[in-house]
Amino acid sequence: MSIIEDVREIIASHGKLPVDVATLADDADLYAAGLSSFASVQLMLALEERFDIEFPETMLNRKTFASIGAISSAVAELAPQERVA
Amino acid sequence: MNALGSALATTLCERMRRVATIAAAHAEAVDSEARFPREAVEAMRNERLLGCQIPVDLGGEGATVAQIAELCAILGQACASAAMIFAMHHIKASSLVSHSEGDDWHRGFMARVASEQLLLGSATTEGGIGGNLRNSICAIEVEGDTCRLQKDATVISYGLDADAILITSRAHPQAASSDQVMTVFLKDQYTLEQTHVWDTLGMRGTCSDGFLFKGEAPARQILPRPFAEIAAQSMLAHAHILWSAVWYGIAADAFARAQAFVRAAARRTPDQAPPGALRLAEASTLLQGVKASIVAAVEKYEEARQDEDKLSSMSFAVAINNLKIASSQTILAIINHCMLICGILGYKNGTPYSLGRHLRDAHSAQLMISNDRILGNTSTMLLVHKQDTSLFG
Ligand SMILES: Cc1cc2nc3c(=O)[nH]c(=O)nc-3n(C[C@H](O)[C@H](O)[C@H](O)COP(=O)(O)OP(=O)(O)OC[C@H]3O[C@@H](n4cnc5c(N)ncnc54)[C@H](O)[C@@H]3O)c2cc1C
Repeated sequence: MSIIEDVREIIASHGKLPVDVATLADDADLYAAGLSSFASVQLMLALEERFDIEFPETMLNRKTFASIGAISSAVAELAPQERVA
Repeated sequence: MNALGSALATTLCERMRRVATIAAAHAEAVDSEARFPREAVEAMRNERLLGCQIPVDLGGEGATVAQIAELCAILGQACASAAMIFAMHHIKASSLVSHSEGDDWHRGFMARVASEQLLLGSATTEGGIGGNLRNSICAIEVEGDTCRLQKDATVISYGLDADAILITSRAHPQAASSDQVMTVFLKDQYTLEQTHVWDTLGMRGTCSDGFLFKGEAPARQILPRPFAEIAAQSMLAHAHILWSAVWYGIAADAFARAQAFVRAAARRTPDQAPPGALRLAEASTLLQGVKASIVAAVEKYEEARQDEDKLSSMSFAVAINNLKIASSQTILAIINHCMLICGILGYKNGTPYSLGRHLRDAHSAQLMISNDRILGNTSTMLLVHKQDTSLFG
């Protein structure tokens, strides 16, 4: 499974969005779609668990979680290579 | 030199001290009658202090958050309600100054705030939502060039005396509850139907009645940036810093009264330390802690403003939340110490050592956006954010 599909799945189960994630483009604004700051933290925790990563302080901001694409590139940057392959 | 010229020539603090003298003279009446501190607000206008934060090129003085915090602390020592009004006005002004630079309508409005000394009110709190200001039920409706909004605004301080209200809502009728905008409505663009009366323990002069707000205005009066950004990047920081400055002022005046009490006792029996002296020393430690937290937060904010990533980081949000929690709790401990020092003369109204109003006003601090809510937000962030354990980092 690609990172982006994994990320979509995790958003669907932890993002608490009022809309169906499948209807969102990779670059759609997740905050406009209803992502709350609380849900973004839960999302972060779920991503850390799934990919065995830890978001560094510099990534803990709104920008990192602004879209499915932004989250996926953050994860790709942090995930150990073997898991990405 | 004309009156305006001479007002601008003196420093901001001198001008605020003159306002504070007037505010102090009416503070008891404002409190007991729960009325708008009109003398103090008129004095702010006469001293041109409502426009001091507006950029110089728009007719203001470009006052910094540190300068405005100092002004809040000065006025907080005289009349907490008037000081909180001044703080809330400047919190609203900060949203305009920080987020509508390139926008013609808002630039013109800022120029009017400075030239006409307009008083800005705030309507974030909503029936069914409470202090959860990052969510709205109501939605603004844009039709052509016009926007319309109706909001069950359960708390709007000085709603009837404001010249304009900055109000939050969902960005459109289909928007998620957290997808919000803030809009400026001028006094002749809205009606307020009173729904709640502000008859409270303290902060009685803020006249924070509840209203059904109904407004219609040109759609360009909607602030150009999403409210999420405004809240995270300037509003929360300004609010927690300026509120804390007002609260510091309340505690500092209580401290001054307790110190006067101890000194009077010491003069009567110079060879014996008065019983309240030790407790005064303790209060001094606590007061210094509040002051240091505010100063540190202002420094952190000024630094973060140079770098958008820092400004929207969790470490900044946690630090700014901590300021509010710490100052709102500590001022109660300080004023309580002062009350114990002054005894019955502190408990009674109408003595030089009276502290009842201070204590009542100070009790609003923990509720003004409930500390529990703020602690809840911070605790969520601490699940992923690692506290910076360095001393100067
Ligand atoms: C002097 C003063 C002036 C004000 N002026 C204005 C103004 O001009 N405009 C404006 O819009 N508002 C204003 N407010 C309102 C203020 O900003 C808050 O919105 C309001 O105090 C919150 O009201 P609440 O306690 O009823 O609601 P809530 O925030 O709902 O809190 C109620 C209680 O429920 C608990 N609670 C609820 N949700 C949570 C949660 N998620 N986590 C933990 N605990 C929770 C809290 O313990 C709290 O005690 C003013 C308040 C004061 C004190």
